[in-house]
Amino acid sequence: MRGRPHSARAALIAAACLALVATLLAPATAGADLLTPEAGPTENAVKIDTLYKIALYLGLAIIGSVWAMLFYVLFRYRGRRGRSAPQISGNLALEMGWTLGASAVVVALTIITYVFLPDIRNPAESGPASLAEARGKQAAVNQPVPEGEAVEIQVSGQQYLWRYQYPNGTFSFEEMVVPRDQTVILKIKANDVVHSWWIPQLGGKQDAVPGYTNETWFKATKNGVFEGQCAEFCGAGHPAMGARVRVVDPEDYQTWVERQKRLVEEGQELAQEQRDQIQQEAATP
Amino acid sequence: MATPEYAARAPEIIIHGEVPRDRARWIDWVTTTDHKKIGILYLFTTAFFFLVGGVEALLMRIQLGSPDNTFLDPTTYSQLFTLHGTTMIFMVIVPIAAGFGNYLVPLMIGARDMAFPRLNMLSWWLLVLGGAVLYGSIFWDPPAAGWTSYAPLSSRNFLPGNGIDAWILGLHLVGISSILGAINFVATIHNMRAPGMTLSRMPLFVWTILVYAYLILIALSSFAATLAMLLIDRNFDGAFFDPQAGGDPVLWQHLFWFMGHPEVYIMVLPAFGMVSEVIPVFARKPIFGYRAVAAATAAIAFLGVLVWAHHMFTAPMALGVLGFFMIASFAVAVPTGIKIFNWIATLWRGNIEFRLPLLFAVGLVAQFAMGGMTGVMLAIFPVDWQLHDTYFVVAHMHHVLFGGAAFGLLAGLYYWFPKMSGRMMSEALGKLSFWLLLIGFNVTFLVQYSAGLSGMPRRIAEYSGSGLTEYNVISTVGSFILAAGALVTVANVFWSIRKGRHAGPDPWRANTLEWFTPSPPPEHNFDVIPTVRSLEPMKDIRRSVQEREAALGDGEVTEPPAKQPEPIP
Repeated sequence: MRGRPHSARAALIAAACLALVATLLAPATAGADLLTPEAGPTENAVKIDTLYKIALYLGLAIIGSVWAMLFYVLFRYRGRRGRSAPQISGNLALEMGWTLGASAVVVALTIITYVFLPDIRNPAESGPASLAEARGKQAAVNQPVPEGEAVEIQVSGQQYLWRYQYPNGTFSFEEMVVPRDQTVILKIKANDVVHSWWIPQLGGKQDAVPGYTNETWFKATKNGVFEGQCAEFCGAGHPAMGARVRVVDPEDYQTWVERQKRLVEEGQELAQEQRDQIQQEAATP
Repeated sequence: MATPEYAARAPEIIIHGEVPRDRARWIDWVTTTDHKKIGILYLFTTAFFFLVGGVEALLMRIQLGSPDNTFLDPTTYSQLFTLHGTTMIFMVIVPIAAGFGNYLVPLMIGARDMAFPRLNMLSWWLLVLGGAVLYGSIFWDPPAAGWTSYAPLSSRNFLPGNGIDAWILGLHLVGISSILGAINFVATIHNMRAPGMTLSRMPLFVWTILVYAYLILIALSSFAATLAMLLIDRNFDGAFFDPQAGGDPVLWQHLFWFMGHPEVYIMVLPAFGMVSEVIPVFARKPIFGYRAVAAATAAIAFLGVLVWAHHMFTAPMALGVLGFFMIASFAVAVPTGIKIFNWIATLWRGNIEFRLPLLFAVGLVAQFAMGGMTGVMLAIFPVDWQLHDTYFVVAHMHHVLFGGAAFGLLAGLYYWFPKMSGRMMSEALGKLSFWLLLIGFNVTFLVQYSAGLSGMPRRIAEYSGSGLTEYNVISTVGSFILAAGALVTVANVFWSIRKGRHAGPDPWRANTLEWFTPSPPPEHNFDVIPTVRSLEPMKDIRRSVQEREAALGDGEVTEPPAKQPEPIP
């Protein structure tokens, strides 16, 4: 028991270590998506995904070699009776070497990040995709989206609901409708506590902080529904604070915002009528 | 060869009898000023809170074990993760290092006690009091804003109950406890080292405790002010963090993380120190690059106070600020990498004894490397925009704090338990515990990276299917394996205290001065405080004993004389 395991037992332990690593990595490598973030049809999410993959592969290579060294050393220099270890207490050249090596990796990672940053951070050019008839319809609403310009949507978080306000002044809750191939710029605010806007497939998250306006963007090149939810704990209802983005054809988007504006106005008029009615009833004794 | 001074004095180990007690035993314990007893009190206190925090974690894992589960309601769930985080960080990992430090620092530097023994006792009492205040709240209204208590959620408008106030008061008390403890460590380590123990001959664990103490002084004293600001906001109409009255919620985040990130290093550095003690002993080689390892400790601490805003990459901040904090966070990887390389180089060409402390120490090296790697990935701020506040972060943080710090602390427990109790821990139970913990830990947390990458935010009490179920089921199963592993170690401690094999003063043939004393050491630690000639004084002492015995010609040399270690200037 004095710390001199038989080589068979040591080999068994080494095999167990490898088996553990293998079982843990096998499902991970089987489906590539297990190891990478969600990336939908928008440039910023794709670029984040690529940057992440570069860091991941670099990291796995480093971790792999560290583990290989560690397990090799543990196996190769396992205790044997009668052997004594050389009393080495350092090697300046070697230590300088790995310090500089680690620093070089860090510098490389910084450079790579800044190469990718502009495409992730700066909104892409809005597409010319808006069809002629859609443009005609745009002219009909108060604040049209001219060709090549971004759609700006005000996102406000409140316990436990997202509210979106569109360029023409109308609004919706929870589900945001946006035109395909148009750059959508989100101005993110909060009305009560800190929330965080995140649709994984449409790029990174940005916090909604009361008193601040945070900004992010996406430009979806495919129609579809993309799910997400508030990512900053905001109270007991946090898990239920969902968010959804529906990407539609530009002309459908125009139809939708106009209809939404009409519905909201009708609703508001109706509510006003009811309020007036109630006030009148209250005023008459 | 001249007879060394310590050999000329009296290197024999003198066993002392029991000191007669005139008080009930429990009164003796709760009023003691002996650093060893206080250390043990700390260890039992933190072990208790570790079990409490662990049960909270298991309850959360049960809740997440199936989609749309109704086992816990969202309010209870938020109270649980708030208490789990607060407990594990402030009541377990920080004070557990204080417990080991208390017990070991005076022994390792050749002192008879800490510099301020009564202050030491006060620190423990404040810790207990802080824990009582925090947990007292569960009978009324537990805090429910997460361990980060982000403003304005933590303001009275949104959480009107007294939970957050209990959290503030509890952490104030624990914070003062840690600060007083840190002052004590700094005073002890700077002033009470044995003759000959220069800073460059100080054991690496003591180095990490010294740096830990300085970090506590920086981080927790600022946090005391931060907590006071929240207290004023909540109770005296302050508006430090209230945007409606001109305050700023982002200010809370800055102030909180200015404590919160150094806190990570407060938690891992002592564990690193333990690994730096354990690996050379069981590799039968001196630590490779002692100066580099000590310097890396200081470098990690220095950089560690410059990286806090990497917790806030999604908050509204200028791009240049994000860049600064990204590069500073990357930089931490360099001294951390140095430590990992030095540990591996220490093992290289060693004669490695696979005893329990070494297993746990190697567990830390392997798993911390992984936690460090995912940390670097998170530090890339555009990548963090995807990963922030997801289970990727949960997995990363547990990789660092459980796979890293906790494994290091367990290495320390298995290594120093014979010194503290006079008995060895069971090898069989220890190995069982190690493998259960290693497997349980990885099963629990590796899949959480994938859950986060698939879009699962942290701190959600429920989720709906859509590919997250498998990850969460695996993670929940893993958490129970992990819990079993932890319980085996607890059982091992209680079994070994009574039934363990007698250890003798130096069961591991170790390098540092605590092994010069009997196990457990007498109240005054040393009859004669030896003069320290090198980094590994016990090797010198063993050699001089052998030489003397050989000179006396009684032939009782039990082991071949070890090769001369290279003296460290």
